Amino acid sequence: MNELPRSIREAGDLLRSRKASALELAEAALARSHADRFNAWLHLDDDYARKQARSADERLRHGDAPVLCGIPWACKDIIGTKAIPTTAGSKILEGYVPAYSATVVDRLDAQGAVMLGKTNLDEFAMGSSNENSAFGPVKNPWCADRVPGGSSGGSAVVVAAGEALFALGTDTGGSIRQPAALTGVVGMKPTYGRVPRWGVVAFASSLDQVGPFANTVEDAAIVCEAIFGKDPNDATMVEDFPNDDLRQDLDAGVKGLRLGVPKEYFAVKGMEPGVERAVREALAVFEKEGAKLEEVSLSLTDHGLAVYYIIQPAEASANLARYDGVRFGLRVEGPDLVETYRRTRGRGFGPEVKRRMILGTYALSAGYYDAYYVKAQKVRTLIKAEYDRVFDKVDALVTPTSPTVAFPIGAKVNDPLAMYLNDVFTLPVNIAGLPGISIPCGLSDGLPVGLQIVANSYRERTMFRVAAAYERATQHHLARPKEAVPA
Amino acid sequence: MAIDRSVVEKAAGLARISLEPDEVERFTGQLSVVLQAVERLKDVDTEKVSPTASVLPVMNVLREDVVRPGLSTEDAFANVPSGGRDGEFFRVQHVLEERP
Repeated sequence: MNELPRSIREAGDLLRSRKASALELAEAALARSHADRFNAWLHLDDDYARKQARSADERLRHGDAPVLCGIPWACKDIIGTKAIPTTAGSKILEGYVPAYSATVVDRLDAQGAVMLGKTNLDEFAMGSSNENSAFGPVKNPWCADRVPGGSSGGSAVVVAAGEALFALGTDTGGSIRQPAALTGVVGMKPTYGRVPRWGVVAFASSLDQVGPFANTVEDAAIVCEAIFGKDPNDATMVEDFPNDDLRQDLDAGVKGLRLGVPKEYFAVKGMEPGVERAVREALAVFEKEGAKLEEVSLSLTDHGLAVYYIIQPAEASANLARYDGVRFGLRVEGPDLVETYRRTRGRGFGPEVKRRMILGTYALSAGYYDAYYVKAQKVRTLIKAEYDRVFDKVDALVTPTSPTVAFPIGAKVNDPLAMYLNDVFTLPVNIAGLPGISIPCGLSDGLPVGLQIVANSYRERTMFRVAAAYERATQHHLARPKEAVPA
Repeated sequence: MAIDRSVVEKAAGLARISLEPDEVERFTGQLSVVLQAVERLKDVDTEKVSPTASVLPVMNVLREDVVRPGLSTEDAFANVPSGGRDGEFFRVQHVLEERP
């Protein structure tokens, strides 16, 4: 086997008809992953993957194997994995080996999924281009001198390049959906509080969620069914919904559904004509499939960026206080404790992390807290209320995922504000805690464009339904990068 | 709002991050641009609006208080930097001055 199957369903058919074993699948994935030319992996663990594959084959022989049994997958290196290094893309955690796995990893283990290794990312998930990794940038398989998006760039690339059948990422302001868009795969961020975050390195706790990258909408839904659901270790999971019905409406189509098109999303500065064209074509497809399109207004879209760039660094500055060189990670000793903290963090953190720590600390500091943090949380209330009003009228929103296709490596690295604008369409979704998915909707100048579908809280089933209808009608998800094929 | 070097130096001090002089210079310019961009929040009338505490319905999430195995001492020390362990304790530098 030289190439991996095109979907979890295809792989499952091979495994269950005994045309391939989980071990053969794992070997093929490992071979492709070792030949990766995009710096997508931080750590591959062949022995661990083979061991998991052998137990998967055992379960498959007994005929009681869950749907992900024997499926090779990749884990963003911000998600803790027992006995396997977890760096969060930072020098400050180089060599760190967790004593326990994140709940999402335990759940995939329980299904018999085969983890190949850990993928590259922007340091502590702070970035939209994967250029902020302490271990070097990730390259886009569609064009190797362009970024793959970020922060979950490695997870997006290994799926796009056919090195793993699915991957987990985290999404705080677009870190799953934006790289999915820029690499032409499916990437999905669940409703806030639907996936356990136990064992995941915390970035901005009121925004972070774990979610999947996959080749198809159905595959993404399969992974969600495996990782969703209450975990006593995560106090943000207030409600427990059934998770076994996410695929139920995949074939239902969009006939009669009301789809909202936020007019502000097409008036954003920096929107590329090729992106707008692809998204407008997608809207026409939905109309042809029987959906009713409705223009809606999300008047605070532009303010989302400002809200996000206060709340997110503020929360991050508190969460990252734990990297102090005392209990784990890098330690650079100084003459006293405070100086040890300062030197450890000064050397251990990269520039983007330092920028955000300083910004967040400033926004929370005495005299500025009300003007920045409290103000941002008030505008957040208004943004959420605006979405609530819109979802009284429509079943889902259809938007571009990112205003641009993949940009050249280095193009925005010294201009934080230009970089932050990449997430203008995705971060309001985190601010309001909603589920969103990016699916491929064609190419612009040979580079993938992403279509974002957003639904109301806990309405992932509707979101998947809309996404699946589009995928079936267009087949854009079948396009694959040429450079992915190992030389 | 444009900020000067002293603002960056003060916030970096509060955040316990040592910066090189060229970093202070660079961050001062970059953070001024970001702070100018967030200024626009002032345009939004929030007079009668409460700040978001959570995007979820706010409620206590409780679980049974049962004894279960936690991290072992050896696991907890597994990643300690060299010199950072003293028997069953994490070792830190002294934080209080000795009395004369």
